[in-house]
Amino acid sequence: MAHTTAAQTLFEKIWNEHVVTDLGGGANLLHVDRHYLHELCISRGFPTLHERGLSVRNPDLTFAAPDHVISSAPGRTGGAFPWSIKVMDTMRIETAKAGIRLFDIDQDGQGILHVIGPELGLTLPGTTVVCGDSHTCTNGALGALAFGIGISEVIHILATQTIVQRKPKTMRAQFEGTVPRGVYSKDLILALIGKVGAAGGAGYAIEYAGSAVRALELEARMTLCNLSIELGAKIGMIGPDEKTYAYVKGRRFAPKGAQFDAAIRHWKAMSTDAEATFDHEVSLNVSDLAPQITWGTSPEDVIGVDARIPQPGHVSKSEALAYMGLSAGAKIAGTKVDRVFIGSCTNSRVSDLRVAAEIARGRTVAKHVEAWIVPGSVGVKREAEAEGLDQVFLAAGFQWREPGCSMCVGVNEEWAAPKARCVSTSNRNFVGRQGPEVRTHLASPAMAAAAAIAGEITDVRQLMR
Amino acid sequence: MDKFTTLTAIAAYYPRANVDTDLIIRVERCAKVEKNELGQYAFEMVRFLPDGAANPAFPLNAAPFTEAKILIGGINFGCGSSREMAVWAIAGMGIRCIIAPSFGEIFFGNCFQNGLLPVILPQQVVEHLGASLAAEPARAKLTVDLARQKVVTQDGAEHAFEIEPLRKKALLEGLDEIGLTQLREAEIAAFQQKDRLKRPWVYV
Repeated sequence: MAHTTAAQTLFEKIWNEHVVTDLGGGANLLHVDRHYLHELCISRGFPTLHERGLSVRNPDLTFAAPDHVISSAPGRTGGAFPWSIKVMDTMRIETAKAGIRLFDIDQDGQGILHVIGPELGLTLPGTTVVCGDSHTCTNGALGALAFGIGISEVIHILATQTIVQRKPKTMRAQFEGTVPRGVYSKDLILALIGKVGAAGGAGYAIEYAGSAVRALELEARMTLCNLSIELGAKIGMIGPDEKTYAYVKGRRFAPKGAQFDAAIRHWKAMSTDAEATFDHEVSLNVSDLAPQITWGTSPEDVIGVDARIPQPGHVSKSEALAYMGLSAGAKIAGTKVDRVFIGSCTNSRVSDLRVAAEIARGRTVAKHVEAWIVPGSVGVKREAEAEGLDQVFLAAGFQWREPGCSMCVGVNEEWAAPKARCVSTSNRNFVGRQGPEVRTHLASPAMAAAAAIAGEITDVRQLMR
Repeated sequence: MDKFTTLTAIAAYYPRANVDTDLIIRVERCAKVEKNELGQYAFEMVRFLPDGAANPAFPLNAAPFTEAKILIGGINFGCGSSREMAVWAIAGMGIRCIIAPSFGEIFFGNCFQNGLLPVILPQQVVEHLGASLAAEPARAKLTVDLARQKVVTQDGAEHAFEIEPLRKKALLEGLDEIGLTQLREAEIAAFQQKDRLKRPWVYV
């Protein structure tokens, strides 16, 4: 190829390796290595596939699990309503007919797709990973090129194992400094969104870098990449390193033996070259960062927990304050909460649950608060139970539930009541996201656990032992 | 897919910034409602009051904007969730073209898949267009000419917009992307054959 000697970014190398053909005018046909399907992609996509007489070209590269419509209630068997039970039936029938691997309820591997992709060793460095879900960018934490798509593109990939894409520009976001006590990767990415805005990453593929990112473990990196779409970027990724290879090694679908060694050699060559340049650079020093919490209805509406709610600079922000039932100039700490949700593809991994359990241990959830823990996968749930984390949560008065998206997206109607205030470890504080008129505050698992105990938004650093 | 060539229609202005796809269509509607019925639920949380009556504060609830086929929006329109039902719902309201300073990327791509044209114009142009038609509803018509890549006001003022050539051709001719890619099957097979040797670990 003509550009092999020029310095390139990780993103450009993966992109170039997946070009099946150049369609002209800036459009490329890219090969899809991993196509993940949740039950709504199947129930919405397969009828069109059949109507058009198309079939699944590569069932071997297609993987399915229910996460959206399933209930998270203890003892659940599937959907909680006739319509969601029907969606589950469609998923089972279609995946069986097409020969697609399905990780069904209670089976090893079931969980939120962006949790199980890395957990099962399906998401690998250097791969293209797509799914009809905008938080597919989570998988970029392993050095994959991963992004969310619409249902038309789902059908296109099912039929052709390729996708038509236009190459975005590149941005590097550097987090420098030492992450302070009580501050986590969720706080880092919320702070960046606050700094550059919810459209700050639009049109870019982002690579996260810097000393603070290198110091993060893989699960924390997933949280960072997860919120790329809340920055407006479809793609967020982190260059693979020794931590990445150690994470991948031995996982169910990861290469083994000599093939693993060959894969590592291949992945090492994919890293961003030292001389490579990005179209845009942003940076954030994290050393003085406070735990973050959102106050409005966009993830960009975020402040430190020790700060006051800002004066609205735009009519949209006045509307957001009114919706949230908050006043400009007031302290955010001390705001009474009704619900706490710890889960979602952002923050439902075992490292998240360990942090929350440390805050909850030996304490009790405030009487007026209903607090849920929804592990991200069957694997996470089993690991947490083996460590006794479920007992810590249950003793403190949290509900310990079954894996799925649950209250993050609320498609299974696991909602809070109208006007209820919920501190949530999820990714979107949009109007009505957790139920009609529900007021969502995004925060880290530590901050969410602290809010459950205190019964109000509180600075988790005061509860740390 | 429906063709898009030239459209002359009422344009409505909804200036809210960061309109997310959850606001455009609630997720449980995506799961439960048929595609051709989604239009009645578009923007339901801001379009209707809790008792189900039309919310007078929602611009598309007032004549002549109830007849709008063009929607003018704020920055980052269609951000958030990848749900294509947001495009189906807006199309179900009769909208064929959305003009905004910037779009959520996945929503932007989903528009083209459904014969709906998203047009990016500079923020000050969008705000000026929006304010003008809100102030003078009797003259709230715009023409969007895809072949010439122009938005034309009733005064004859023209605003040029960019569109990627392949997408323009697909909209003008109503082309189907899957059909076009299937013509590339030999190239896809050749790619995979080479790739299996280069990256055998991908093919599990």
